[in-house]
Amino acid sequence: MSAVPKPLPQITPEMAPFWEAARRHELMVQRCRGCGTRRFPARELCSRCLSRDAGWERVSGHGQVFSFAIMHQVYHPAFADAVPYAIVVVELEEGARVLSNLVDCPTADVAIGLPVEVVFEDVAPEVTLPKFRPRRAAA
Amino acid sequence: MPADPLRGAAAIVGLGITPQGKVFHTGALGFAVDAVKLALDDAGLAREDIDGLLLNPGLAWADLGMGSFQLQQAMGLRNLRLSATMNLGGATACAMIQHASQAIAAGLATTVVCVFSDMPLKPPAPKGDRASAASAYGFARGWEQAYGFFGVNAMYALVARRHMHRYGTSQDHLGAVAVGQRRWATLNPAAQLRDQPLTLDDYHRSRWIVEPFHLFDCCLVSNGGLAVIVTGAERARNLRRPPVYLWGMGQGHLGGDPADTLTSGAVLAREPAFRMAEITLRDVDVVELYDCYTFTVIVTLEDYGFCAKGEGGPFAAEQVTGPGGRVAVNTGGGQLASFYMWGMTPVSEAVIQLRGDGGARQVPRHDVALVSGNGGILSTHSTLILSRLPS
Repeated sequence: MSAVPKPLPQITPEMAPFWEAARRHELMVQRCRGCGTRRFPARELCSRCLSRDAGWERVSGHGQVFSFAIMHQVYHPAFADAVPYAIVVVELEEGARVLSNLVDCPTADVAIGLPVEVVFEDVAPEVTLPKFRPRRAAA
Repeated sequence: MPADPLRGAAAIVGLGITPQGKVFHTGALGFAVDAVKLALDDAGLAREDIDGLLLNPGLAWADLGMGSFQLQQAMGLRNLRLSATMNLGGATACAMIQHASQAIAAGLATTVVCVFSDMPLKPPAPKGDRASAASAYGFARGWEQAYGFFGVNAMYALVARRHMHRYGTSQDHLGAVAVGQRRWATLNPAAQLRDQPLTLDDYHRSRWIVEPFHLFDCCLVSNGGLAVIVTGAERARNLRRPPVYLWGMGQGHLGGDPADTLTSGAVLAREPAFRMAEITLRDVDVVELYDCYTFTVIVTLEDYGFCAKGEGGPFAAEQVTGPGGRVAVNTGGGQLASFYMWGMTPVSEAVIQLRGDGGARQVPRHDVALVSGNGGILSTHSTLILSRLPS
């Protein structure tokens, strides 16, 4: 355990629905009401149709690894014990791409196209981080 | 078709490079002033000759409002007819020179100095009080830090990984770029890593930063300043050093997600630049490509057409870009091995080569140079085609 706590996400008004959903262990992304495009992170405008009208929609949490990077360098002392760890961009089945960590997976096994599912890590009483793990066969 | 009026209208006539790397005797503003003074001396011009000032402030003073005015006041410059603070990241250097030559060709200014300086490295601090140098380059936004996602290295790594997946680019390919440029650096007395030759084995053994990037896939971090002076072709002929004429220029900013395009803006910028210069790639003798990472060089080689899209890795692995190879790329060692002044590093090396000042690393035929700038995550791009010949 590092002496320095890991940074908590700064919860902006724009992203608040995402973090509130995460606390309920639900994954939500923003969806444009103009053209239906799902997007992450939250933005004021849809870059496709320029509509400001958007809502939040629960998604399956299933997707696959679109790209990944293995962090070795310690940029923040709280991650000194965590390296090496995987940053992943997950392309959700619903289309949006979400940046997160891949857990429960040796870094050598991370690969583009790996099927993944969301898991929720309660890191503070008020804060839960959606992360991903290799998808397990349906029970 | 008549020649473009911009072709050969202006020339780089002064080059000023301060000490680079772990140098702490002044600050970012001081490095900028020193670089301008060195460029004036190089050109044989006086402060009073400058009537245009373009500045690309580095991270250390990027937040300072109206940076070009701050620099004007610090240097006691009077009666400027052109002033701007610009930021296209690593594409700014070539873009500043483009705007300078356009203003000169339009008769709005006669002599424009283009400046970059930065001080990302702090002097060694007492033990227990060390801030990571890398933190100066941590662009992490509010929520990503919670996932341990920090900095440009990681952002570029995500794009590089897609390129590796789609085209088969390998760790050996990335390493070949690092090795080739280090061979050039060992011939450059001004290179920070001149005394550290690198083999492919050394590359593989170097520590990971953000996989797939080893330490030697990433550019250096340097304190210092660099300035060039641009003036009209007529005046250029009567100054101290051989003019480096601007034959062609272009910009390209693709937008969208670079992880999808896997392409730099060179695909947009190259066409107007080569059309204006009235040359083809085969006429280029010296190639100075923006190299924030080895990966960036591979993509840029592809996008200028040195090889087919996706074949930049195997192309680099043929070792054709190092000293004695058939395409002279990043001949001072580039930003991976000489010093990192954003896009000013490739600009300065092109000027050195075209003047014939390259010493042990001088490329034998040095009539025409291609220079690229690249900012963000393959977000912005600028191209210059330079020549020691007026036309």
